[in-house]
Amino acid sequence: MKSLESILAAHPFFENLDPQYMALMTGCASNVRFEAGQFIHRQGEEANSFYIIRQGKVALEVCPPEKEPITVQTVSDGEILGWAWMVPPYHWQFDAQAIELTRAIVLDGRCLRTKCSEDHALGYELLSRLLPIIGQGMEATRMQLLDLYGTRG
Amino acid sequence: MTPVPHTIKKIIRETHDTFTLDLTPKDGSEPISFLPGQFNMLYAFGVGEIPISISGPAPGTRGMLHTIREVGTVTQALHKLKKGATVGLRGPFGSSWPIETSKGSDIVILAGGIGLAPLRPAIYNLLEQRDQFGNIALLYGTREPKDLLFTKEFEKWRGKLGVQTKITVDKAGSDWRGNVGVVTTSIPRVSFDPPHTIVMICGPEIMMRYSVIEMKRLGVSEDRIYITMERNMKCAVGFCGHCQFGPSFICKDGPVFRYDRIKHFFGIREI
Amino acid sequence: MAEEIIIDREGLDQLIHVLREMGFQVAGPTVRDEAIVYESIRSINDLPEGWTDEQKGGYYRLKKRSDKALFGYVVGPHSWKKFLHPPERRLWQAKQDGNDFEIIPEELATPKFAFLGVRSCELHAIAIQDKVFLDDTYVNTDYKIRRENAFFIAVQCGQSAGTCFCVSMKTGPKAESGFDLAMTEILNDDGHYFVVEVGSEQGRKLMEKIPHRQAHSKEVEQANHIVNETGIQMERVLDTTDLKELLYKNLEHPQWDDIANRCLSCANCTMVCPTCFCSTVEDVTDITGEHAERWQKWDSCFTMDFSHLHGGEVRSSTKSKYRQWLTHKLASWQDQFGSSGCVGCGRCITWCPVAIDLTEEIPKICDSTTQNTSTPVKNEAPNEIP
Repeated sequence: MKSLESILAAHPFFENLDPQYMALMTGCASNVRFEAGQFIHRQGEEANSFYIIRQGKVALEVCPPEKEPITVQTVSDGEILGWAWMVPPYHWQFDAQAIELTRAIVLDGRCLRTKCSEDHALGYELLSRLLPIIGQGMEATRMQLLDLYGTRG
Repeated sequence: MTPVPHTIKKIIRETHDTFTLDLTPKDGSEPISFLPGQFNMLYAFGVGEIPISISGPAPGTRGMLHTIREVGTVTQALHKLKKGATVGLRGPFGSSWPIETSKGSDIVILAGGIGLAPLRPAIYNLLEQRDQFGNIALLYGTREPKDLLFTKEFEKWRGKLGVQTKITVDKAGSDWRGNVGVVTTSIPRVSFDPPHTIVMICGPEIMMRYSVIEMKRLGVSEDRIYITMERNMKCAVGFCGHCQFGPSFICKDGPVFRYDRIKHFFGIREI
Repeated sequence: MAEEIIIDREGLDQLIHVLREMGFQVAGPTVRDEAIVYESIRSINDLPEGWTDEQKGGYYRLKKRSDKALFGYVVGPHSWKKFLHPPERRLWQAKQDGNDFEIIPEELATPKFAFLGVRSCELHAIAIQDKVFLDDTYVNTDYKIRRENAFFIAVQCGQSAGTCFCVSMKTGPKAESGFDLAMTEILNDDGHYFVVEVGSEQGRKLMEKIPHRQAHSKEVEQANHIVNETGIQMERVLDTTDLKELLYKNLEHPQWDDIANRCLSCANCTMVCPTCFCSTVEDVTDITGEHAERWQKWDSCFTMDFSHLHGGEVRSSTKSKYRQWLTHKLASWQDQFGSSGCVGCGRCITWCPVAIDLTEEIPKICDSTTQNTSTPVKNEAPNEIP
């Protein structure tokens, strides 16, 4: 079986991360597994976990009252699930539900936050990796808002 | 310039607002031959004429397929027609997808919404000579799962023919087990070698704009990216002037363009 | 085929009659609605004898001349395209029978036109439309027949209008080719006569039927002098150096906004332009709904719906419509058909109700000192771009 560190190092999010930091990350990490249909977190819950998806698919959902839940994004292999653990008030904004068997590595968000505030270079390193993902998510959201395929598309 | 009467041989209900007409010449002659990406002008009696991309023949069929989304008066009139009714057809017109010149390359096809229809003949054509191409990826996005076209064929393309397919929708209900997100987010999820890849894109102009940006970022050169343009079209033969896009007439210079040849005008407001 | 002969007024009248006897519909200048227009004519009595036109931006007036010149004007609102590329034409009819219908193709009209009084800029305009309708991927059969049947009698310009700039566009004032006959009208103490240059075999054969004599070299010199003077007198200029590249580079120039503040999107410029070729089709049915027709009609890039795509207009602002017209005419036309789409006839300047003058606007649009202004400014005072 692969070591946790080698699994993390192979994930695109941690590509070329300084070995010293890699060891730090591994210190906060553990393997998790979600069955299809299992909720990983719910909107409003405290966000203290940083999930690195190894395999599977997770839907980010919102559920309007009296309506069916709507999936606004899915994340899968090689991607990460959320950044609410990094930003106050550390609450999840969406429901996250595994829609197929999903294997992930979970990093302790509280532990990461503490390490980042102690070592700003690490904080910068992590934010530099998170920011493009946040940016891409925002761009994708804008395109979804445009309703490209609508009749006025 | 005069439409040729064609009989509706078959009507295929594709989605809630999209249908396919299988047309054959009324006089019993062979259906016209065409190149993938070309379009016909279809005439609904007394209502008008519109450009419709040819979406087949699918293997095993002989007629000519036109996949139509109901968005205006002519498409609505075409939708009301029954099997056996007559429509007028002029064509085929326009440029085609670069199949021959793409041999030896990886192929990435990006389709948005009804944009999959003009790409389908290209997909058939690629798959008929599958061994001539490297990796083939088909990335398809629509608004919602109910808008997806030709989903049954995706399974066939994926399975036997080794096409990497990624379907994604802008939003979905909880019964959807597939991907949610814009079509460009699927690009990193398929494998291809950017410098040796030919990209074919068809969809709303904005979707194509962002797809081109993403492909260029990954290292695909502009002369290996092909997109289709859409403008108002009346005559389809370059006489009426309506479909001009900068120096190009979409009807005869397009609808398929190599990106580097039109990039100066692509994205300019109200051009 | 340099060969000059002389005919007098009666000879010209004969020429019209002989052409009519040969089955030509002779079209030429005549006065109607206070303008000189091109219509069917029967004799020289229909010609605008003693009339001239005064033109400047947004201004056209007929004035009496002090002589009896028949071609003493420049150009009016019409061009010959109305004969070669008619404003309205039925393309076909269709008859419904239950679920089915049949198409009844239109029988192609085969009119034989003789155009009298074609100016050099207009010959160039026709050559430009030839490239659109004959020399491209597809051939417009109706145009082809009309074009091939036509007989061209050019008239060399004895004066230029205030809006003319054919010298800049290299389309005049002297008609050099593309005609069967080219006449220079001469009025002096020796009388009123025409120096006729024969440009084709058909022209030569026709002149054999008309009383004429060989021209003296002095008369030929005088004819040349008249048209040369016309070119020298022409004041309006348009610098076409690198014009295509400059316009392409300046698609977002603030001057477009300035023009848009004045332009009424009336489409006059496109209607009077001798090269504008855009058309639309209209599908119509009769009251029973069983009989349908398709008509082709002149259209303009300034009209609503010209760029309609399901859901809206691609070019909805006046700015984008004007930009489309001007860049098509002077830039993308080069890419499409290998020449400029402008012949410098000045009609678009004369007939613009607010006197927008492309020869004034183009230097502003192509002015490199303002091309990079990032925010288009809505100018209250025109002509003042910071």
